[in-house]
Amino acid sequence: MVEHRSLTERLSGPLADVADDAGYSEPPPRMGFFTDTSVCIGCKACEVACKEWNDVPEDGIKLLGSSYDNTGQLGASTWRHVKFIEQPIYVPERHDQLAADLGQAPTQSTPSTQDEAGVRWLMASDVCKHCTHAACLDVCPTGALIRTETATVVVQPDVCNGCGYCVTACPYGVIDIREGDGRAFKCTLCYDRTGAGLMPACATACPTESIQYGPLDELRERANARVTQLQLEGETQAQLYNERPDDGVGGAGAFFLLLDKPEVYGFPPDPVVTTRDIRKMWGYLAGAAAAVAAGVVGTLIGGGP
Amino acid sequence: MAENHPVAFQWVVEAKLRGAEIIDVDPRFTRTSALANRYVSIRAGTDIAFLGGVINYVLSRGLEFREYVVNYTNAAMLVGEDFQDTEDLDGLFSGWDEQAGNYDASSWQLTGERDDTLEHPRCVFQVLRRHFARYTPEMVERVCGVPPADFTAIAESMTRNSGRDRTTAIVYSLGWTQHTIGVQNIRAASILQLLLGNMGRTGGGILALRGHASIQGSTDVPTLFDLLPGYLPMPHVGQDDFDTYVAGGQLPAGFWGDFRSYAVSLQKAWFGDAATAENDWYFDRMPRISTDHGTYRTVLDQIEGRCKGYFLVGENPAVGSANAKLQRMALANLDWLVVRDLQLIESATFWRDAPEIETGELRTTEIGTEVFFLPAAAHTEKDGTFTNTQRMLQWHHKAIEPPEDARSDLWFYYHLGRRIRQKLADSTDPRDRPLLDLTWDYPEEGPVAEPSAEAVLREINGTGPDGRTLSVSTQLRDDGSTRCGVWIYCGSYAEEVNQTARRKPWTEQNWVAGEWGWVWPNNRRILYNRASADPAGRPWSERKAYVWWDEEQGRWTGHDIPDFEASKPPTYVPPAGARGPAALAGTDAFIMRGDGKAALFLPKGLADGRFSTLVGLADGPMPTHYEPAESPVANQAYGRQSNPVARRYPRPDNLYNPPRSEVFPYVYTTYRLTEHHTAGGMSRTLPYLAELQPEFFCEVSPALAAERGLEHMGWATIISARAAIEARVLVTRRMNPLRVEGRIVHQVGLPYHWGQRGVSTGDSANDLLSMALDPNTLIQESKVATCDIQPGRRPRGPALVEFVRSYQRRAGLIDGSGNGEADHG
Amino acid sequence: MNSAAGNSASGNSRQPEFESYYGRPVLKAPTWKSPDVPLYLFLGGLSGSSSILAAAADLTGRLALARVGRVTAGVGIAGSVLALVHDLGRPARFVNMLRVFKPTSPLSMGSWTLAVYGPLAGAAAASEVLGVARGLGRLAGLGAAALGPVMSTYTAVLIADSAVPAWHEAHPEMPFMFGGSAMASAAGVALIAAPIAETGGVAHMALVGAGMELASSQEMERRLGLVGEPYRKGRSGGWMWTAQALTGLGALTALVGRRSRVASAAGGVLLAAGSLSLRYGVYLAGVESARDPKYTVVPQRERADARAAASAEAEPAPTPQVTRHRRVLWVHGAHEARDGHRHRAFRRR
Repeated sequence: MVEHRSLTERLSGPLADVADDAGYSEPPPRMGFFTDTSVCIGCKACEVACKEWNDVPEDGIKLLGSSYDNTGQLGASTWRHVKFIEQPIYVPERHDQLAADLGQAPTQSTPSTQDEAGVRWLMASDVCKHCTHAACLDVCPTGALIRTETATVVVQPDVCNGCGYCVTACPYGVIDIREGDGRAFKCTLCYDRTGAGLMPACATACPTESIQYGPLDELRERANARVTQLQLEGETQAQLYNERPDDGVGGAGAFFLLLDKPEVYGFPPDPVVTTRDIRKMWGYLAGAAAAVAAGVVGTLIGGGP
Repeated sequence: MAENHPVAFQWVVEAKLRGAEIIDVDPRFTRTSALANRYVSIRAGTDIAFLGGVINYVLSRGLEFREYVVNYTNAAMLVGEDFQDTEDLDGLFSGWDEQAGNYDASSWQLTGERDDTLEHPRCVFQVLRRHFARYTPEMVERVCGVPPADFTAIAESMTRNSGRDRTTAIVYSLGWTQHTIGVQNIRAASILQLLLGNMGRTGGGILALRGHASIQGSTDVPTLFDLLPGYLPMPHVGQDDFDTYVAGGQLPAGFWGDFRSYAVSLQKAWFGDAATAENDWYFDRMPRISTDHGTYRTVLDQIEGRCKGYFLVGENPAVGSANAKLQRMALANLDWLVVRDLQLIESATFWRDAPEIETGELRTTEIGTEVFFLPAAAHTEKDGTFTNTQRMLQWHHKAIEPPEDARSDLWFYYHLGRRIRQKLADSTDPRDRPLLDLTWDYPEEGPVAEPSAEAVLREINGTGPDGRTLSVSTQLRDDGSTRCGVWIYCGSYAEEVNQTARRKPWTEQNWVAGEWGWVWPNNRRILYNRASADPAGRPWSERKAYVWWDEEQGRWTGHDIPDFEASKPPTYVPPAGARGPAALAGTDAFIMRGDGKAALFLPKGLADGRFSTLVGLADGPMPTHYEPAESPVANQAYGRQSNPVARRYPRPDNLYNPPRSEVFPYVYTTYRLTEHHTAGGMSRTLPYLAELQPEFFCEVSPALAAERGLEHMGWATIISARAAIEARVLVTRRMNPLRVEGRIVHQVGLPYHWGQRGVSTGDSANDLLSMALDPNTLIQESKVATCDIQPGRRPRGPALVEFVRSYQRRAGLIDGSGNGEADHG
Repeated sequence: MNSAAGNSASGNSRQPEFESYYGRPVLKAPTWKSPDVPLYLFLGGLSGSSSILAAAADLTGRLALARVGRVTAGVGIAGSVLALVHDLGRPARFVNMLRVFKPTSPLSMGSWTLAVYGPLAGAAAASEVLGVARGLGRLAGLGAAALGPVMSTYTAVLIADSAVPAWHEAHPEMPFMFGGSAMASAAGVALIAAPIAETGGVAHMALVGAGMELASSQEMERRLGLVGEPYRKGRSGGWMWTAQALTGLGALTALVGRRSRVASAAGGVLLAAGSLSLRYGVYLAGVESARDPKYTVVPQRERADARAAASAEAEPAPTPQVTRHRRVLWVHGAHEARDGHRHRAFRRR
């Protein structure tokens, strides 16, 4: 069923039939996550459920001081990560009134004016994006990283030799080498659950359906409706992230509804799969290799003093 | 709610997505606030002033649901002429006895007359209107620190969303109960919801979120010292025979009129055939209480050497209870201690690692307590029920055998009882009779002889003369022909089927989903749901139809099971001399009340004992704003600073910070985080949870941080008259300084999960707290108190003790005037 | 302060404003260890260019020079492979590199190249050192030389095919930089070890290599702008500066002193050291550019904003409209939602 595509086309841009492209004949629909951060309550049930199900080890008991986030980042031993962002909101009338009051306060309190503004607390559960064009998979030299029949991206721990190439390739900083183990690990989208008809552990545990699992087409439809609704309600910054098939990774199997710019959540604002440029890179290599050959031969055989 | 009940919060999120407006009022900005449409920061401990403001907003604008109020509440009843309000007595109700420190409540009575126009100056409605007139938006601002615009927006939203077609629900948790005015906080909410017609109706109500799974169950089948199962009062010294006991609990009308049936059936469940009318149902086998045996009094009794043995079951007072240091000192003064828990908690290891060992106040070699640690089975390792906040019993099946020596609580108590009875089998001592006469014959199952939990539930449900299970509590009789362990749970094993194990999907039944689990009483999902229909029995509106009177069938019907006698028509008028349920009219929706009316004004009750609806409240018939036991500001409403009848235990090891003390200028509030469970025994020990909140921290506003020189991620020492603890500092805008009484009040947030054991350790916030209790429930005031906060870590060793003493000295609590009794005025 | 927003680095007024999550990196820094990977990059290039040098020497009858080239290539590739294997999380699974053949993975292609080149270069070197099977050794050396240009440059593609900003964005120049550096290092080692009589042209080879390296690195730094900053600043910038100084000085010394054994050797040392420094500099610049979210966020934000501006110019954003059923779709528990709620079919267990 695979129609003929140029290498460039297969390495970036929209790709409707990802599993097909990966060689599965008549694969099931592409499955993925839609994480609607506007209803995330930061309970971290996803983090715990993920670790319980996948037997992911503890990842450091350390206070980070970044609001209620003591996880820090995704990694080999953290496959779901709930981010917490506290943002000041300026409430003019409140501010003016209290600023005046604070001037006469009997205590020695001298809060800065912005302290009297409101606050909003953004929470978002991050996860592997299961990119349409997954750089980790593209660069893996052992074939440990594979595309599954539902178009998710999974590491085979019995194949991985821990070369770490995927770590440098991921534009989201997701996959990492587990210390003490040496191999790369990341979210499997609960391949062992979904194959048995179960939802991934995180989506199952999520109480508010901030994490939704399902056929990607359906999730996209739902997400677009939701973002439109939020914008109509005045959430002007509401936006979908990683949802568009024409973005730098060809759209992702795990996409998000955000209430602020992606970088506020620690996401790259415009990620591009590095292998989009691989043909050009090989081209430059050919040029450089030729130059080297010519240079050596020219100086040692052709030219000389 | 999102913070501590994230699973239940899904329904709030869903309601929001369907257009509900979510309002969150909390001293700190929580995960709930993050999702709310409107968040208002309130000074801890001022909820009555806030709710009083909304009540006043309703009453002063005539926004009450008049037809509901007149028919279903006691608004029309006249209050006795002797009654005087806090408005007349500057913060006291009539009957105050300064010497005794409590009220003679005899003047808090209704006369039995009514005025349906609600115009009579002594009718409850008018008394209420005058009582709450003081709580203007300006007063709310002065007391709570809530700007009038925010307050008015909330009051407007609540009233707009209440009435025939709409309802508003109030959800509260321990933020309301853990105060010296805890019960009155909830009373204030009740009054508001009754005035707005939001009780007994779908989408309305007051939803109490409990502190743990099945805490509702442990009040229903109580672990409380003064209650028997089903809210029957515990016998008191002086109640020498069964009739006297029944007279103390029986109401002339309503379902408490059948008190005798409940009590006799309970005696029969416990003593079986041996309990007969002739031997007064073995009432002499029942223990009696004489005084306060609450947990805090018990702790003091331990320190004073009067209580020598202690069972701690799933409880970690060395971390989790107020004035935790005193709790540890008490544990160290016992002869024996049994701890049943999943982990070796601080309360089991205090003898070697309590903070007092380091300060030199305790020495391991001098502690005589013999500690027995018995590992407990987790809920997945045993059969049983959880009773949730909706009064719903849900059966859980054992998934795996408990590991090694771990045993269920049921196993433990059953076999403990069995062995004690074996040892006493030959005893002739009359004091052993209660134990020996108990029915103690549950079938045992499996390799460890686990008693059958289903058999226990069956006993709780009760059986009739034929030995088969009863279906409904109205089948209970006072002639000894029925047995029932918990009268309100009667029906949970109806038809010999474990009704609590039902799991019919919502897709296969109506939206009330009455076939999921089982709800007391009699599987009614909303209490007092007769009030969802108008006096004539018609739904208030089509949109809010829930139960209604079906004239053709001559029955109440609807989506839920009516919480009313099914065939009693709305037009029913009780004949003279009627008693019990028959004495209630067809419009008396509040069937547990003696007059069938919900209490806006709660008169002194007819019964003895403690429990509220039967006996009235110790601190007044209507809620009144008092400052917390410890507060940096003066009461703006009355001369009385704090609840005059709050239970206090002034002693050198339980000193109270003086009110408005410059030494303790800040308010702190304790709470829980999503990531941990209460005193941490179930979460600090688990890496997956500990890594999510790895250290004890305090939350302060940027303004307070600037004022005290606190650095984000640095250390702070927090000091009260009881203790000094250290915590990492999180400076956050989620903590908001409030303007109160013309000054800025700073609030410090303290999650209380930590102790010295587990994967994540830290000081215990509860060390700071005093024992200052609500007079009705004896629940400690842990949601608000005062403190000082300083940058840096606390002193260590004996220097810590001296450090706290220096604060006590500066506050004039020792070597000076007060001894913790500074505040009664 | 407990805030996620705005972290313009303090004390530097010229830092661009950008937003990040508590200043944390967006990317994972390469897990590749030092000195394993810089050595791997250096030795691979040295080896590849040495093979070409050896073949050229062979073809021009300079046997001592050819010997030096073959031995260098053989030792270099052995060291390179050792460094690579040592860097693996599971070294025993090195052979898994040959499970697949993947043009999108430079490491896969590199491994296959290495799998062919390594034995050839090794055989050539062994033949030289042991003095056996000279004919076959010579053939192996020529074979290795055929792959030499790729060996000299492929590690550039290896690191450029990554999300690391300073590496990926440099992909047009990186092969020339590495290739030039490889030439310079091979020439350098030859100048150190080969008799002066046979090193004719080697200094020129160094000069061409150095010129290629310096020109391409200058062009790269000029073109990259902000992302190129780690090549100019900090520890990585220091290595880069050192590399360029050593390479330039080495090439000049070799050229000017090409008739002097001592000067040639000194130039050779400088060239080899310069080449190694370059690999350290590039390695560290990559790590730094991954660690600081600035290098990820700023260029991507500019790109995204430019695209948004362009598309807004092309067609104004449509007014958002919501259709009723869409919302119901999302809400679960509603009976109407059945169609839109297929994920409910997955059991929550």
